Amino acid sequence: MTNHYIDLKNSDVILIMGSNAAEHHPIAFKWILRAKEQNGARLIHVDPRYTRTSARCDYHVPLRSGTDIAFLGGMIHYILGNDKWFKDYVLNYTNASFIVGQDFYFKDGLFSGYDTKARKYSKDTWVFEKDGKGIPMRDMTLTHPRCVFQLMKKHYSRYTMEKVSSITGVSKEDLTKVYEEYSATGVKDKAGTECYALGWTHHTTGSQIIRTMSIVQLLLGNMGICGGGVNALRGEPNVQGSTDHAILYNILPGYLKMPAASQDTLAKYVEKNTPKSSDPQSANYYQNYPKFFVSFLKALYGDKATAENGFAYSWLPKLDDGTATSLMHLFDEMYKGKIKGLFAVGTDPAVSSPNTTKVRKALENLDWLVGENIFDNETYCFWKGPGVDPAKVKTEVFLLPASASMEKEGSQSNSGRWVQWKYKAAEAPDDAIPVGEITIKILDAVKALYAKEGGVFPEPILNLKWDYKDSKGRFDSLKVAKQINGHFLKDTVIEDKAKGTKTEFKKGQLVPTFGMLADDGSTASGNWVMAGSFDAAGVNKMAKRGKEDPTGLGLYPNWSYAWPVNRRIIYNRASCDINGKPYNPKRKLLEWTGDTWVGDVPDGPWPPQADRQKGKYPFIMKQDGLGALFGPGMAEGPFPEHYEPLEGPLSKNPLSGQLINPAIKIFNSDLDKVANADEKFPYVCTTYSCTEHWCSGALTRWQAWLLEAMPELYVEIGDQLAKEKGIENGQRVRVSSVRGNVECVAMVTKRFRPFLVEGKTVHQVGLPFNYGWLHPKDGGDSTNFLTPTVGDANTFCPEYKAFMVNVTKI
Amino acid sequence: MEITRRGFLTLSGALGSGVALSSLGVNLGPAKAYAAEINKMQRVMTAKQVTTVCCYCSVGCGLICSVDKNTGKVFNIEGDPEHPINEGSLCAKGAGFFDLTEANKYRLRKVLYRAPMSDRWEEKNWDWALERIARLVKDTRDKGFVSKNAKGEVVNRCETIGHLGSSNVDNEECWLMSVACRSMGLVYIDHQARV
Repeated sequence: MTNHYIDLKNSDVILIMGSNAAEHHPIAFKWILRAKEQNGARLIHVDPRYTRTSARCDYHVPLRSGTDIAFLGGMIHYILGNDKWFKDYVLNYTNASFIVGQDFYFKDGLFSGYDTKARKYSKDTWVFEKDGKGIPMRDMTLTHPRCVFQLMKKHYSRYTMEKVSSITGVSKEDLTKVYEEYSATGVKDKAGTECYALGWTHHTTGSQIIRTMSIVQLLLGNMGICGGGVNALRGEPNVQGSTDHAILYNILPGYLKMPAASQDTLAKYVEKNTPKSSDPQSANYYQNYPKFFVSFLKALYGDKATAENGFAYSWLPKLDDGTATSLMHLFDEMYKGKIKGLFAVGTDPAVSSPNTTKVRKALENLDWLVGENIFDNETYCFWKGPGVDPAKVKTEVFLLPASASMEKEGSQSNSGRWVQWKYKAAEAPDDAIPVGEITIKILDAVKALYAKEGGVFPEPILNLKWDYKDSKGRFDSLKVAKQINGHFLKDTVIEDKAKGTKTEFKKGQLVPTFGMLADDGSTASGNWVMAGSFDAAGVNKMAKRGKEDPTGLGLYPNWSYAWPVNRRIIYNRASCDINGKPYNPKRKLLEWTGDTWVGDVPDGPWPPQADRQKGKYPFIMKQDGLGALFGPGMAEGPFPEHYEPLEGPLSKNPLSGQLINPAIKIFNSDLDKVANADEKFPYVCTTYSCTEHWCSGALTRWQAWLLEAMPELYVEIGDQLAKEKGIENGQRVRVSSVRGNVECVAMVTKRFRPFLVEGKTVHQVGLPFNYGWLHPKDGGDSTNFLTPTVGDANTFCPEYKAFMVNVTKI
Repeated sequence: MEITRRGFLTLSGALGSGVALSSLGVNLGPAKAYAAEINKMQRVMTAKQVTTVCCYCSVGCGLICSVDKNTGKVFNIEGDPEHPINEGSLCAKGAGFFDLTEANKYRLRKVLYRAPMSDRWEEKNWDWALERIARLVKDTRDKGFVSKNAKGEVVNRCETIGHLGSSNVDNEECWLMSVACRSMGLVYIDHQARV
């Protein structure tokens, strides 16, 4: 989240799209309702299905799954065409005025630089023209035909009401209502926010859906303000933290980039990943990248990381340039027989990964599998699953008992970036121990083997700093937390020239902020964004429980620790005009007093940007310091464009000759079948959760109270379709895609209504994804037998939300 | 047969009220359950209270665990009224948090092992399992290690071991897994943040 949960109460218009917040984030929804109670906020729900969120909103607008970019592209068209954009903000705080190079173009669904064979773009033409000093050229009148504003206007001029309505299945009246109401927040004293969840990320175009909304928010001046932002209601208790710490193939802790094979030296890696800006007003905060990265290497390898050996950079694994090794790649390679061993910690991919048939077949190819969890699940038991003969499965499986959440001490980061300390209430039962302790013990054992026997490239294993046990030999989370925060590795004096102060720190003292990290090996920090979670005296700020609220805006600066540097709303300098005066004095997040900022922790101490000498632009993490309406970092183009899902009801994209996202990877094993616009699978299908279960249900299905409330798999079918098919409420049905099928109960409902798409009636159905064969015995199996192995072109987040099925009576 | 109020409701719901009443005794069940609630309130008042954070969605609601001072066991978990986000309230899953403690009969308590071609789990001890896992990890890594790619660039990676999970454990545990994976050269690293 750019903002945080309590801040939802400060909004005037809340667009919930790609989320069923009332059922999946009920406590977050309390703050949404509070906005309605306290500010008279308007609540809008845009979703294929009418849910309990819809019931509590002012109105619900159904749209066909997978057409969100068309819907939001229409909103951009509306905002620009009806002059609803926030001019002061757009001119000063976005790249609207930048001039794009003359070789850039967009034609019939494709941007310049597309390589059809590789399904990839060269981004060489997605660049800005620069002046003699290397600063992007700007046209502050926004009339230059190649300025971002004009190119964007032209791009979205194609997203007319008629076109958008025909693609999405939303009536023109409903489109107008949402566009009008939401774009009314494009003024100084109104805030509009957006809440999304898996309903946006689970698409082949997921990242670009979110970017389209970011463009809307920038045009309306809703970024960096109280009650604004683009807010991911994330779905796991520590998914923010697990992302921050990068249990992911593509990043290292603190969003540092995974090294590529072509970057064979530290110098080349740093050069490639440290952005440069010639504009003195751009803070370009990532110019500090080398400090964060070297401090990370020092946290890993301590004294073994020296300037002479490039701080042990060569010990990190490298990916071939432009390749990915995500979950879907993992199972694809496992299916082909390349992957021999797997750790599956607190996860149940035999239920939760797309294309279950392929995933479960792939697991049979493993030599060994190590599971760590508090309950058994379908992944650990795959060898005795439906249709599997254990006598033919060679895999050695270990299932290691783990402590539950309340049986261990440590921190968890919520979606609003609040890192909260939790305490141990009781011992875990019998032989169960925390996952952290299991990790330590396994690597201890591996280290011991390498020390004894030698082996291939043992250096990174043997030299890894790995002293995170207490005096009794148990996992010490506080020790790890301090290593993540970081230490000074020698006596250091930090001079603040602006304040005229000098502060001394001793070797071994904790680093109180990432601004003090260094690239010469004199500091170590396991994750720079967390540097500051302790103060230099060792006080754990994550454990803070102060209830003061000095701004009255619900920032609670003394409750837990929010990264970065306890900033509660990021890009908050954009809540003020270029002189540092709040756009909305009634919700004063921050104000420049002439020599300092007062309010939330500002995005940097510099004066506001009207000060041409010392002032900085507000979007400090962006190379150019400004919000990116033109976003050249994306895989499928700098402006989001509507493409149909891999599997959909249409054989032609109504907007261009490019049917599907041109940059997605196509997996092509014999189990990766696709049936687009196929009469055998005529219904759009989507998947979702329910309040009582969580994700694959691997925790909640073992709990009698929750299972009693939501006992088994069902498919929701609109009453009109049910009538056509002769299906009655409560009957057993089979839902099938070209890849597989599930049997379940039919729930005939008014919550799904047919869409009118390109002049034809299109029905949509939906199923929860919370069930698996292991428990309960009669609860139904994985909904992901239906879903395809395909994902977003930028993130490889799988497409669980739009694919095609049939429904038949059993 | 010890019947809690919740257990009574579940059982009577499952069996049908007539059967339940005849098997449990018409009056005794509810009375016992009520007494149990009173008893629990007294225990809460004398318990050690420990704060924690919910383990489901990412809102980060605060909870209070009541721990019996004599047994060291958690016997009650409820929303933390001091917590600024949830203000004491919880959703259905959070309200059922207690069912994740060792009171849940399905909790894993022992190291389990399934041998090749076997149709059952067998109990093992930690030392045995760790030794065997380390052996498998080392042998798989050493055999499948890629020092250079097709272009001849140094990549030093292990392509034959994958690591999945988890966003359902604490930050400190995430960081340890993240760096342990890198030290072994793993690149097939992923978890729920992507799904």
